[in-house]
Amino acid sequence: MKFLFTFLRKILYSAILLLAVIILNFMLLHLAPGDPVDTLVGEMGGATPELIAQLRVDYGLDKSLPEQLLTYVVRMAKGDLGQSFNYDQPVVSLIMDRLPATLLLVITALVLAIFFGTLLGIIAAQKPKSLFSGLVTVVSLAGYAAPVFWTGIMMLILFSYWVPMFPACGMREVGSGAHGLIYMADVLKHLVLPAVSLASIYLAIYSRMARASMMDVLGSDYIRTARSKGLSERVVVYQHALKNAILPVVTMAGLQFSQLIAGAIVVETVFSWPGMGQLAFDAILRRDHPLLLGILFFSTLIVVGVNIFTDLSYRLLDPRIR
Amino acid sequence: MFAANKAALLGLVLGVLIALLTIFGPLIYPTDPFEMVGAPMSPPGEDLLLGTDYLGRDILAGIVHGARTTVLVGFSATSFTVVIGIIIGVLAGFYGGWVENLLMRVTEFFQVLPGLLLAMVLVALFSPSLPTIIFAIGVVSWPPVARLTRAEFLKIKQREFVLAERAIGAGNWSIMWKIILPNSLPPLIVAATLGVGVAILFEAALSFLGLGDPNTYSWGYMIGASRDFIWETWWAVTFPGVAIFLTVLSISLIGDGLNDAFNPKLRLL
Repeated sequence: MKFLFTFLRKILYSAILLLAVIILNFMLLHLAPGDPVDTLVGEMGGATPELIAQLRVDYGLDKSLPEQLLTYVVRMAKGDLGQSFNYDQPVVSLIMDRLPATLLLVITALVLAIFFGTLLGIIAAQKPKSLFSGLVTVVSLAGYAAPVFWTGIMMLILFSYWVPMFPACGMREVGSGAHGLIYMADVLKHLVLPAVSLASIYLAIYSRMARASMMDVLGSDYIRTARSKGLSERVVVYQHALKNAILPVVTMAGLQFSQLIAGAIVVETVFSWPGMGQLAFDAILRRDHPLLLGILFFSTLIVVGVNIFTDLSYRLLDPRIR
Repeated sequence: MFAANKAALLGLVLGVLIALLTIFGPLIYPTDPFEMVGAPMSPPGEDLLLGTDYLGRDILAGIVHGARTTVLVGFSATSFTVVIGIIIGVLAGFYGGWVENLLMRVTEFFQVLPGLLLAMVLVALFSPSLPTIIFAIGVVSWPPVARLTRAEFLKIKQREFVLAERAIGAGNWSIMWKIILPNSLPPLIVAATLGVGVAILFEAALSFLGLGDPNTYSWGYMIGASRDFIWETWWAVTFPGVAIFLTVLSISLIGDGLNDAFNPKLRLL
């Protein structure tokens, strides 16, 4: 019962957050120089003053700002994010087309980063003075300092050009017509470089966190007890300590999900990965503001959804929070 | 202390070199980075030390002149970030109650938005220029600073020396800014130092995406400009990236070093 109540409160809070994003979007649209009709007229190559006035009425731009805001909120709440100038399609359907590719990239990168980051961190924590531990520190500093788009380009030069192991761009072989397992293998081959590039930053962060939190946990009393019972080091580390050491990493991953989405946007433009980032890049080039703001809204929606999910799974996993 | 830490020392040396490059580089190497000075796509060492890009622009000149943009944006955006973050954090941490509640909700709101994407939207809507870029980076990066400041305030505001100040009649304003804030500076200095690196990475990404100031040369812009020619001119995308990498690395090392120096016992993450 209490769980349900927390859940409902969380949903309500998220709804308010999203409403705030909608209002932010509306403000941005109105603060930006030029309105949609100006852009439209610009694309048409000029129009008579009567036509411009008519268009303003059609778009509801003659009404007062609060009225316009209300219409905007209602429209967004119904799932109508407006029309893209450039593609002449509803923004929602454009985003929906691209969403699976972005999610595939983001989730793969997240899993890679958490798995390998934690693993590296744990091994480094067991022997904090060893060469390997120093190496993990160096790698994590380097992964963090390199701009992600540059890491991507370096990967392309190394593994697609010098040693042509992986395809350079896109998500599938053009015109191969493959399906089933061959298709999946093809997508997987295209996924490797973008996912590894995106994961590199977070791998750096998580390995550092896992190392610190593992060293912390390994110093605690219950671990000494476990060791004094004569359990093997492997059982102590991977069964007793890991559960507690991984909690900060999971929290961090949840908190940083919005940055991961933003990172995916840059990586997608490097690898021409057909996701939302590629779409955002196009929207910027063509000054397609409704599309750009639609992508901002939608990414926030995903982040909010993931936050609810992390929060709930955390509550289920860690009995102390219940 | 700080000097005993080899990594931090390395960071400091790198930082000094970058500072020298920023200040004196354009005087020593005055070649205009926008100018076509050599044969297009000439590899490093042939004509010019680091080669030319697809338009025949000198890569070394770009790196030398681009350093100013990077450093300028890094420091101004961070100052802006720190000012917003400290004001919000101080008010929330000091007053508590509904003020804290409201300000922390606003902070959470900004943390849910994907930072780089919001920065892209802001710069794209309000035309790319150095002030909009600095503004956009500040707007998306202040929440962690605000949270940190608030946490420090919550920790310090019940300490004896603060209560003593209050007992001798110090007002809210002076307790906030003259008593508590100076005592919460060490972690804020570390956060600000690391923030410079984050701001530089933001600027690089924006310029790479074609959202840089068109009148200034920057490292991110160089990589973005040559991105269609990475097979033909690997040097044009590699060297500017190395420059960004070394700069951010130097800042991270200095930040970590400061952190260790401030908390000798507590080696933070």
